[in-house]
Amino acid sequence: MSATRVRAIFGKELREYRRNRAIVLTMGIVPAVFLIQPLVQIFHLPAASAGTLAHKHPLLYMLGIPALVPALIGAATVVGERQQGTLEPVLTTPIRREELILGKALAVLVPSLVVAYAVFGLAVASIAAFAATPVASAVLRGSDLLAQVVFTPMLATWSIWISMGISSRAGDFRVAQQLATLASLPTIIVVALISFDVIAVTLGLAIGLGAALLILDRLGWRVVSALFDRERLITGTRA
Amino acid sequence: MASPEAQRGSAPAVRGRGTALCVERLNKRFGERVAFQDVSFEVGYGEVFGFLGPNGAGKTTTVRTLGTLIAPTSGSATVAGVPLSAENGVEIRRRIAIMPEAPGLYLRLSVAENLECFAGLYEVADPHGRIERALHAVNLADRAHDLCGALSKGLRQRVALARALISEPEVLFLDEPTSGLDPVAARDVHELIDGLRQRGVTIFLTTHRLDEAERICDRVAILNKTLRMIGRPSELREQLFAKTLAVRTRVALPDPASVFGRLRAVESWQQDGAGGYLLDVTDPSVAAPAVTRALVQAGTDVLSIGESRHSLEDVYLSLISEDVELNPRSS
Repeated sequence: MSATRVRAIFGKELREYRRNRAIVLTMGIVPAVFLIQPLVQIFHLPAASAGTLAHKHPLLYMLGIPALVPALIGAATVVGERQQGTLEPVLTTPIRREELILGKALAVLVPSLVVAYAVFGLAVASIAAFAATPVASAVLRGSDLLAQVVFTPMLATWSIWISMGISSRAGDFRVAQQLATLASLPTIIVVALISFDVIAVTLGLAIGLGAALLILDRLGWRVVSALFDRERLITGTRA
Repeated sequence: MASPEAQRGSAPAVRGRGTALCVERLNKRFGERVAFQDVSFEVGYGEVFGFLGPNGAGKTTTVRTLGTLIAPTSGSATVAGVPLSAENGVEIRRRIAIMPEAPGLYLRLSVAENLECFAGLYEVADPHGRIERALHAVNLADRAHDLCGALSKGLRQRVALARALISEPEVLFLDEPTSGLDPVAARDVHELIDGLRQRGVTIFLTTHRLDEAERICDRVAILNKTLRMIGRPSELREQLFAKTLAVRTRVALPDPASVFGRLRAVESWQQDGAGGYLLDVTDPSVAAPAVTRALVQAGTDVLSIGESRHSLEDVYLSLISEDVELNPRSS
């Protein structure tokens, strides 16, 4: 494993993302959707209704950001390069597929985390500043804040592996993006069900989900690397 | 189909310190479809080796196979001293560079940023120095900060060439490097290839430009699924065509058979327009004086007489037409 080669891919991808208006817009618009709904709901709650929030976790709804944003961006990573004709020159270098996959995944993960944490920070600051004080106290619970901080990178990583796996096998960028969006829906549904208290959150459930995500994230790199078939990507024919 | 020995050619493969490429009975199939089969050749260090063939002949697939991008179906090869295998892929790719036909540049990045990425992928020491040298080599030093998306096709091709030079490879595979370049830029590329040859870099050049191959390649191979011929361009001409004298007279001979037919140095002859004759001869230096004497004795005014050279294009077209006649459905 060469850190230099991983860094080369990581740096190149970040530069490309910064200059790609579609990606910048995706990173801006999708989080806004997950930010506005809970904020509007919370700002409209009168102080007297703080008690009804005891079993709800509106902030956790924002875990949809790390589930969806990386999926949309990660879907382009392999098939996008293939369609642009830039993949073959990269594959002629000494880079290993694991290094290429890791460099690309990190380049999706870092901005996704920055966006997810920034939006979450903005939500927390807005609630603290503008929501009724009892409502703010009920919503800004330490356990929910901790869950957001801990689960954001784990969900983002899982979402990246799913989307990159799809991207490595898809023949068209748009198809990859649609499939990746579909693949992230179960995660978003679980997040929504938890935030609306349909699924009761317990410490055991949180630890179980965390452990499962850690294992899946660990396996994801290997699985996506295995799905990355140089010959198929270059010739369109299975090796 | 030529035997492996014949395919290797009579011209010595080795210019420098050994064999840069050694290919033995290499085959590649995609399911039932044959990309290329039974390909064997050797290329020496510092040699410029031309790889010619029609579209779909298997040239690019051969390059991709030798570059470890795709796996051969059977056969073996050594690339830059390393046996071709999946395990040796990284080591082989460290020693070679491939410039694909399409430049494949990151259009949102500048020229320098594209090269920086590849300098990192090759883990080169002093990347900025290498980038500067590579850009100087392709006359693009003043365009380092231009976005690749804003460059013309020809300039993009030059950036791709600079990218291939970044790692200072032992073996450089160039797939149509002058495609889309203007004549001056193409000449610059030829000079660059010549400079690399003198530094001992092996160049494996696939091209459709037969004049280019004839001018800059030490040896050429003609591939059409199988290797049809390999050797120096002059050897190929000699192997395929009899030596020919082109004769022009002021007026057409009334009875050319009586003039050329009795000369032992002339094997056969044919009319080539009014007052023009093409004679197949065993040795032009013996035949030319004999033909001249015979024409003068016949009272003919000779305008010119000289050896007619077949071009590499003639060789290529002759071989490919043979294939078309033998396998009309595959062409």
